[in-house]
Amino acid sequence: MAVLSQAALVIAVLFPATVGVLLCLGGSRIRRSASTVAVVVAAGGLVLASAVALTRPVVSVPFVAGADFALAVDGLAALVLPAVAAVALLVLVFAGGDIRGATGRFFGLMLLFSAAVTVTVTAATLPTLLVAWEVMGATSYALIGFRWRRSHDVAAGETAFLTTRLADLGLYAAAAAALAGGAGWALADLPAAPGGWVHVAAGGVLVAALGKAAQLPFSFWLSRAMQGPSPVSALLHSAAMVAMGGFLLLRTAPLLAATGWAATVAAWAGAVTAVLLGLVAVAQRDLKQLLAASTSAQLGFVVLAAGVSAVAGGTAHLIAHAATKALLFLAAGAWLSALGTRELAALRGAARRWPLVGVCAGVGAVTLAGVPPLSLWATKDEVLAAAREASVPLYLTGLVGAVLSAAYAAKVLRVVLASAPVGVQDRYDQQERGTRRIGEAEWWPMVPLAAAAAVLSVLALPPVGSAVRRVLGDTTSPSPDWTSLLLTGAVSAAVVVLVVWRGLPALRWAAGWLGLERAAHRLVVRPVLALADGLARFDDRVVDGGVRGAASMARAAAQRVARFDDRAVDGAVRGAARGGVRLADVTARVDEAGIDRAVQTIARGARRLGTLARRPQTGQLHQYYAQVVIVLGAAAALAAVSVLFMTGG
Amino acid sequence: MLSVVVFLPLVGAAVLAAARRMPDGVARWTWVGITLTDLGLVVGLWAAYRTPPPGGLAFAEQVRWLPSVGSSYHVGVDGVSLPLLALTTVVFTACAVYALTERTRPRTQAALFCFLQTTCLGVFAAQDLILFFLFFDLSIVAMYFVIAGWGHGTAARSALKFFLYTFTGSLALLVGFIGLYLAADPHTFDIPELVAAAPLQGSGAVGGLVLAAVLVGLAVKTPTFPFHTWLPPAHTDAPAVGSAVLAGVLLKLGTYGFVRIAMPMLPEAWRAWAGVVVAVGVVSVLYGALVALAQSNVKRMIAYTSVNHMGYVVLAVGAAGVVTGSDAAARQVAVSGAVTQMVSHGLITGALFLLAGVLHRRAGSYEFADFGGLAGPAPRFAGFFAVAAFASLGLPGFSGFIAEFQVFTGSIGATGWAALALPGILITAALFLRAIQRLLTGAPGPKSAGFGDLRPAELLSTGPLLILAVVIGILPRFLLDVIEPAAEVVVSLVGR
Repeated sequence: MAVLSQAALVIAVLFPATVGVLLCLGGSRIRRSASTVAVVVAAGGLVLASAVALTRPVVSVPFVAGADFALAVDGLAALVLPAVAAVALLVLVFAGGDIRGATGRFFGLMLLFSAAVTVTVTAATLPTLLVAWEVMGATSYALIGFRWRRSHDVAAGETAFLTTRLADLGLYAAAAAALAGGAGWALADLPAAPGGWVHVAAGGVLVAALGKAAQLPFSFWLSRAMQGPSPVSALLHSAAMVAMGGFLLLRTAPLLAATGWAATVAAWAGAVTAVLLGLVAVAQRDLKQLLAASTSAQLGFVVLAAGVSAVAGGTAHLIAHAATKALLFLAAGAWLSALGTRELAALRGAARRWPLVGVCAGVGAVTLAGVPPLSLWATKDEVLAAAREASVPLYLTGLVGAVLSAAYAAKVLRVVLASAPVGVQDRYDQQERGTRRIGEAEWWPMVPLAAAAAVLSVLALPPVGSAVRRVLGDTTSPSPDWTSLLLTGAVSAAVVVLVVWRGLPALRWAAGWLGLERAAHRLVVRPVLALADGLARFDDRVVDGGVRGAASMARAAAQRVARFDDRAVDGAVRGAARGGVRLADVTARVDEAGIDRAVQTIARGARRLGTLARRPQTGQLHQYYAQVVIVLGAAAALAAVSVLFMTGG
Repeated sequence: MLSVVVFLPLVGAAVLAAARRMPDGVARWTWVGITLTDLGLVVGLWAAYRTPPPGGLAFAEQVRWLPSVGSSYHVGVDGVSLPLLALTTVVFTACAVYALTERTRPRTQAALFCFLQTTCLGVFAAQDLILFFLFFDLSIVAMYFVIAGWGHGTAARSALKFFLYTFTGSLALLVGFIGLYLAADPHTFDIPELVAAAPLQGSGAVGGLVLAAVLVGLAVKTPTFPFHTWLPPAHTDAPAVGSAVLAGVLLKLGTYGFVRIAMPMLPEAWRAWAGVVVAVGVVSVLYGALVALAQSNVKRMIAYTSVNHMGYVVLAVGAAGVVTGSDAAARQVAVSGAVTQMVSHGLITGALFLLAGVLHRRAGSYEFADFGGLAGPAPRFAGFFAVAAFASLGLPGFSGFIAEFQVFTGSIGATGWAALALPGILITAALFLRAIQRLLTGAPGPKSAGFGDLRPAELLSTGPLLILAVVIGILPRFLLDVIEPAAEVVVSLVGR
């Protein structure tokens, strides 16, 4: 049995993931059948999710760096998993009627996303969570930019991915803290991380969750994400992915509490988001933008719940909101496809044109407003009860958020209730070309969602509420008391009536989502791009310039050496050669002028001596005698002088 | 067996070079056959591989070579080199398949690449510094001819720059090797002996100088900031297969040297310099990513992301040297991440460069401005490029995540300064999303019209690289079970 239940969990992940990848790869060949395949797989996913919610399996395989890839269905997962699977199924049914063109890619990505959500909900270790977390972000990017020819859509996907990934860096830091602190990778072990590491881990998780949940200051990416197809908005940008930000904080509420500050920060971040994004929602004139801002605001209550350890209230609110907001996004999507507009003013009368869709959207709007006895009324109050126990200012801030939700929901309700003004047709087809019809596949998924939105208040009220608390192991957080429930319910109802009757002020300053995206551009994007450009120039001119400079210096040095070689070394050789030649010249000249002349002189002398020597030979005897006498006389003189010298010396 | 793996491509190169009459088609398929055979042999090695005891080697072979200088033909593998041997054969096989449509002197190209493959395998198998250096330098020579002979643009100039720069770096490396040789008693170039002896322990400044020489040599090859500027022109002008091998395999010769030589042989100096290495790693990560973000040319952009990705490796090996006040488990994770990153980057960036080559084949340009909306005429190309881009930006489900997750958790676990590199993940994400937007989506650019989709050879070369990246991303144990024991050994050696 345990093996079967483990297999069910593994299949719940691998089956949609595999089919999703195949659908993406199959591309154009599948077309028609893609939506059917996806719906069948999602239906199987719902069955499996319900099964594992009952059997609570744990699956774990070795993964990376000593951490397991571990999935575990605990109480929290057992509640959230079937809810998300059900919404996914209904949204996919709707998408089958709504999405045209490249359906293989669309449904493939949606299934891949569903698999990632299943892993996120059941992840027991940080690496497992991080894997699923970032895959959700990537599929969100690809689905927002689904109509890739529209640059604006692709850019919106980029904004969403980069903003959430910026926050995801927190999870990397948290994972490092878990490793460094030696606490282990299990999410449940993180509060035990020693020393400062627990703070790093909590801070990292908090930032990542606030980013995904589109809380302040990250909210703006959700506004851009509304460029994507409506089913994507319904599943990713309300019920599942954005909600996972809140879910993560519910899952790690003990970690937040262990730090002494992270829980407070989370609570206030949620409360402030509920108020400010509530104002943003009130200011919107575009239905999808209004719903997006309200998603941020509603998840603010979930985040607030995690901050005050009201896990039961937060979970109930998360589930109820998933049903409510998916419903409203589907209605908005159906109207957008049919009428080609998301403008609230242009949508007046749309509800009467398709009454069933109108009734469902009406139920959704009233639920969103927090009017009793519908779901968000009770779940929100359960969160506020815990907030009141934690801090009165926090509670009052949350209460303002609750009043604002009544206001923006009433703004939707006004449109739903209105009859079509004259000439409203001229305002159709602003965003796309409407089909003027809402098919069966589009309207019927709204019915179960509307039913769920209506009745899920039981999650927060006894006796089901008590069972939820038992399942979650949340025994400490306070339950809402009936006076508070009646009071907030009455206030919400009053606000709705007032707004429907009188309308709302324009609130222009909040219409642009508080200028958050502009600020992000001015403070982050533009400086980074400027820095990148500057560094690229620096790289070309200075770093590579240095190398080129060194190279040209080497070349210059080489040339100088070559010149030295030419002039000095070779010059010396040439000089030596020249010297040699000159020496040779000199020698030759000496040879000619000196030696040869000397030889000739000697020869001349010898000749002259010869001539002189010939002169005495006259052939006359008396001359010979005279010569003998002279010689003898000279010899005698010489002998006398010699004797004189020898005796005198 | 190991020598057969190393030298089989060389034999192929000789045959290809000698057979002047060989028809081009036969030459192309011969090359594919050689690389596939070698790949098969490496798979066999992997299957037969059992983690050797610490300090030991698997498939070791030793033959007397130059006994007078204490050098021998000594090869062997461990958990660091085996994955890189496998990566080398995979990348070269992909290149051989991609080059099945090559028109310029295919036989000569095949011979040259087979020769290059032997030099790369030789570096990863070498257990002797002389042998290591020989293969290391021959790889530079071979790559020079690849760029100069089959490149485009200012190929001759870029090839020369590549050659001179990396050759100068290798000279610094040689100086370091000689320092190690002289310090060892008895003098030896044998890597296991030098690792066991760690000859410059306690020598203070001398050890630092020898390490500095080795570091500079390896930093040029890796390349890290500020020694990286040979890389972008070399990549931009190299043929696609040349870029794939250059990024996929040749850069790893540098990072491999850190783990094989610098860290285990000079542990004391490594610990002393660890802060500098971490700083160089952090700067390379951020600088490479930012400069890549500003590029208008696809290939230059990918080249700078290599500086970023190799920066992760440098960061991790640097952090592994921060011993005091850190946990050995964290340092092991860092080193394991560094080796995983080498493999991962080889697969993913190899695929990216081959895909970038498709741009040049079809349109003769790498400029972003020339393209746009390619998802229309070339959906398969768009899909592959997008997948490769997400793999490269470290998306879970791909090998890059397994690597970067380990690098970051391990490095930050060892030293908090490593967290400064975290924005690198974000900037790479931004630059790849921009690249996808500018190339694949939106309105068609001037050269988008009639852009042909991936052909079979292109599909079958990039596809397997990406599939491997996915396999490692989802089932990393088969790789990590090989790497982790070796990482543990390296960390304990550095801690001596």
